[in-house]
Amino acid sequence: MNMTVHVDIVSAEKEIFSGLAEMVFAPAELGEVGISPRHAPLITKLNPGEVRVKVNVNESYQFYISGGLLEVQPHLVTILADTAIRAKDIDEAAVLNAKARAEEALADKSGKVDYATAQSELAQAVMQLRTLDRLRKRGG
Amino acid sequence: MAVGKEIRTKIGSIKNTQKITRAMEMVAASKMRKTKDRMQATRPYSKKIGIIIKHLAQANPEYKHPYLITREVKRIGVILVGSDRGLCGGLNSNLFRKMLAQLIQWDKENIEVDVCTIGTKASGFFSNLRVNLVGQVSKLGDSPHLEDIVGVIKIMLDSYEAGRIDQLYIVSNEFVNTMTQRPTIEQLLPVVACELDENLSGHWDYIYEPDAKDVLDYLLNRFIESKVYQGLVENNACEQAARMVAMKSASDNAGNLIGELQLIYNKARQAAITQEISEIVAGAAAV
Repeated sequence: MNMTVHVDIVSAEKEIFSGLAEMVFAPAELGEVGISPRHAPLITKLNPGEVRVKVNVNESYQFYISGGLLEVQPHLVTILADTAIRAKDIDEAAVLNAKARAEEALADKSGKVDYATAQSELAQAVMQLRTLDRLRKRGG
Repeated sequence: MAVGKEIRTKIGSIKNTQKITRAMEMVAASKMRKTKDRMQATRPYSKKIGIIIKHLAQANPEYKHPYLITREVKRIGVILVGSDRGLCGGLNSNLFRKMLAQLIQWDKENIEVDVCTIGTKASGFFSNLRVNLVGQVSKLGDSPHLEDIVGVIKIMLDSYEAGRIDQLYIVSNEFVNTMTQRPTIEQLLPVVACELDENLSGHWDYIYEPDAKDVLDYLLNRFIESKVYQGLVENNACEQAARMVAMKSASDNAGNLIGELQLIYNKARQAAITQEISEIVAGAAAV
């Protein structure tokens, strides 16, 4: 029987593959790598591309990943896949967006925020009413 | 018969409310199942990345990443995960109360705080307080994506790297079971090393490609992101569970109220009939 290695491929939102395989091919940043069982410990970033898991001669699976990380231990291969293509400029844009929204939320004291306050006041009033009600029941 | 017209209208309106709360309860129940599945789906990733971090803590890299180094605390960053909608019992208020208590304590220790919020309720809460809100994201819906929250996380990571904040915390609800959700405050940065794996003792290190700094940067960033993402998904499940329970008790209360009102109505009706009969009898006796 051929040697196998345990392979896990996961993304932040779900598990993609988990099982034994004879060999794994992944698009590492410095070129495609093929990992056999008992490979030395290795950790590398992955480029967007295709991951191939060869379970045996007849059976192999292919997954498309949009970047990620590959960790190799002698008996274990883990691929952490990104859910979307990530680039520095896209992340920067997300930061700016989040900041803008925070400023908006701080500036917008009327509208939705008032609605939230009103709701919390309403909840307080309801609680007070309920307490009153309980007191009255105990008294009467 | 004009008896108890008000009571009957009241009963009618309570019945309508009950219909709404019951519908909301059922919607929350089905959504809870989905959000719970989603919560479970994120577990393998965070488990795996946790294991890799653990391996790394045992390897002997020549490069020390800033995320792993403890600094003296002068300023703290907090990511607060709240829900987008209300009507979910005390879920958000319990969380905010815990957060406030922590804020007061930090204030006593003269530590300043930067806050990023996820969810409409969280940002609404903090816009009334005088805290330093540096980032905000909301209206993520029931199936949030990791990309949606990258912005707020990166704000915090950037300011950690720049030395603006010395610790990073996430405040969110932990899903214990359908009836119980526990507000928690967890430290994200600096990354605390967990217990060690026996199988990996001895001096060894990874082969890093392209180099240790790049890989560690990437890995720790993803680690924090997955933690926050999991907090968000878990909070979603909590929200639905809390709403389901709150709506169930609202429906039950409405049922009780209807029962009581019905009793009052019946009594009033009977009293009116009795009075009418006695009037007729008295009238007949007088003739």
